[in-house]
Amino acid sequence: MPEAGGVRATLSLKNRVALAVGAVLVLGGALVLIAALAYGRQAAREAFDRLLIGAAADIARTISIRDGVPMVDMPVSAFELLSLAADDRIRYRVVGPDGATLTGDADTPLLAAGPGVESMFYDGTFGDEPARYVAFTRRFAERSFSGPVRVVVGHTLLARRELARDIAQNALIVLGAAGTVMALFAWMVVSRALRPLPRIGETLAVREPTDLTPLSLSAPKEVAAMLTALNAFMVRLDRQNIATDKLITDAAHQMRTPVAAIRVQAQLASIENDTDRRDRIVARIQDRAAGLGRLLDQLLSRAMIIHRADTAPATPLDLRDVAVEIVEKTDDIFVEAGIEVMLDIPDHPVRVRGDALSLVEAGRNLLSNALRHGKPPIRLGVTQGSLVTLWVSDCGDGLPPDTARNAGERFARSGAAGGSGIGLAIVSEVAEGHGGRLAMEHRDGQFVAALELPRFAA
Amino acid sequence: MIRLAMILACLWHPAAAQTAELTAQFGPPDAPRTALLRSTTDLAALGPVIEAYVETRQDTRIVYEQWGSNDLYALTARDCRKGRMGADLVISSAVHQIVDLVNEGCAASHASEATATLPPELAWRDQLWGVTREPIVVVYNRDLLAPAEVPRSRFDLLDLLRPAGSRFAGRVATYDIEESGLGFLLAFSDSLEATTFGGLMEAFGRSGAIATCCSAEIIDRVASGEYLVAYNVLGSYALQRARQDPRLAVLAPEDYTLILSRAAMIPAGSAAARVAADLLDYLLSPTGRAMLEAQDLIVHLKEEDTSAIEVFGTVETLERPIGLNPTLLVAMDSDKREIFIRRWRDAFPQPD
Repeated sequence: MPEAGGVRATLSLKNRVALAVGAVLVLGGALVLIAALAYGRQAAREAFDRLLIGAAADIARTISIRDGVPMVDMPVSAFELLSLAADDRIRYRVVGPDGATLTGDADTPLLAAGPGVESMFYDGTFGDEPARYVAFTRRFAERSFSGPVRVVVGHTLLARRELARDIAQNALIVLGAAGTVMALFAWMVVSRALRPLPRIGETLAVREPTDLTPLSLSAPKEVAAMLTALNAFMVRLDRQNIATDKLITDAAHQMRTPVAAIRVQAQLASIENDTDRRDRIVARIQDRAAGLGRLLDQLLSRAMIIHRADTAPATPLDLRDVAVEIVEKTDDIFVEAGIEVMLDIPDHPVRVRGDALSLVEAGRNLLSNALRHGKPPIRLGVTQGSLVTLWVSDCGDGLPPDTARNAGERFARSGAAGGSGIGLAIVSEVAEGHGGRLAMEHRDGQFVAALELPRFAA
Repeated sequence: MIRLAMILACLWHPAAAQTAELTAQFGPPDAPRTALLRSTTDLAALGPVIEAYVETRQDTRIVYEQWGSNDLYALTARDCRKGRMGADLVISSAVHQIVDLVNEGCAASHASEATATLPPELAWRDQLWGVTREPIVVVYNRDLLAPAEVPRSRFDLLDLLRPAGSRFAGRVATYDIEESGLGFLLAFSDSLEATTFGGLMEAFGRSGAIATCCSAEIIDRVASGEYLVAYNVLGSYALQRARQDPRLAVLAPEDYTLILSRAAMIPAGSAAARVAADLLDYLLSPTGRAMLEAQDLIVHLKEEDTSAIEVFGTVETLERPIGLNPTLLVAMDSDKREIFIRRWRDAFPQPD
């Protein structure tokens, strides 16, 4: 498709976000699963360990000494407690200070306890099954019996596993729900955020080709930046368009009169029999043609200036170099007129930021104006004050005040003294393009036309 | 009615351990599937149920061994420890012993639609199931007791024994808890149920009550008038005898009546676990339950006057089912037994 040009559609933003969110959920899910399993196991272990120690303490409490022998009046409550782990097999053993089993299953494993250890948990087996045990110590100090009696209670791990699985499963259900909600929200947010893009596309698509007015749409910040750039681009395009229109209109307008005059003179010449008068007419035609040539030069130069104002990058440069180049470029006409231009520039560099070509063109126009309309001595100078100034002075009368005020407007001086006024318009446009202005004043019998530019701080 | 395809080997060795009291075989001798059922239940009570079972399964033969509860426990525990093939199905009224065997990991698991119908207190770990429903009753001699004397509750029994020179002295009998696993279980359950039991034991001792071993013997002597009242008798035996002997009356104590479900388990070493499971499923099925009910092995107490067991009070509030769960392990504890039996001996001084 020719319209598509170099635009290549890559993976949609929605899909990218979906992939990213999906990846986060899968990775996060895996991590949470591991954590949930570990947490479930830990929680189940703590819960059922408490059950075990409760039962063991319950049993220990019922130990009494009868005739110097510890007797266990096994409490039903301990087994009711252990029965909370409904399907688990139970094992217990009560061991006297000498290591003899007082009651219970003598095969119940018992670890050697360090001194002062009241209770300790440990893993073991019960038959083929893994089991968890607690050893709880009760110390007796009776006349007939003294020493520690240890109560070991254990059970298999079915209930623990089930609880751990339940906890992990619940955590996963919550995670799954949260993940779904997150994905849904992400999708909605992205969809909403991207909605301006197709809208901008549609707005541009249905526009008239000549409509270059800025788009007025509300959009999220990131999209708004693009929109602003697009609007700025359209403004430049519009300005170029206007400039082109102007150039065509100017050219047509400016050239109509001289071309008509040349045609009339040529007509006169064709019917003039007197050789002298015909020669004069031919000379006038030559003058007019030369003027027309200059006019064309200026129109083209102006078009170039306008074009460069939007396209040429502003670079740091020394205004003194510009002044020297102006003198060099206008050397021929001054030599022809036999007038010398005095260059007045400081020793130090005068820095501005701008387009050298446009500035040279502006200076040339000022200088040729001075040559054409002013009186020598003519000076071209550069000064640096609060502003940077490129100026041309002569000893003529200069422009009448109201003309000076209108300088820069097209055709301000058209006709009267043979100038088109385009020269000053160019200077004025270059000044504006550089953020400055064209200033004209009479000073000490001199007329000074100056291009005032802002300073460039390096 | 009962096709007697059973070969009775009536061997009586009351003293010698590790020998079945009775052995019988049901079903064709050459059947491809055989299972050994060891039970404390009287052959006369459970026999017809097994008979009905093998009639529906032509390829199955059931060998039935009747055991005393303590012997059955000792034998099954030894089989389990040694990894020996023994019984394929064990049914015992001493349910605490079966709970202990299951707790020791001696049982195989089985789950089916039939086992799922059991309430949670009558099943444990898919390895232990309560197959019967037998109230623990008081049997008395109808001819020798005036209606006003009938001990409707344990309090009434205490009152009968209290007066010095009461004619009930020496004529009340109960199980000997040392000889009978069931007797110990019932006495133990009583001790958990109410404080009455302490007083009752004391009264038994003071009045010279008789502690003896066997249901049949106790009931016979009540019928003959030697004993007036028998306390804590398994309802199934009492009912069967009472149906034939009009002198015998059976009542459910109104303060509370224990309900025992005989526990069944399939030993882990069973060679015919599938046959055993099938037989178990049959016992738990509606047909099997109906058969058990016909044999008075499933008894529902009713408040009507016509029921075989006299009930005073509301059935819902007096029934105390003995739950088949690990709390029964307490009844297996050696110290607990010692303490309990010591109290018992204090009440029932040894005859010698």
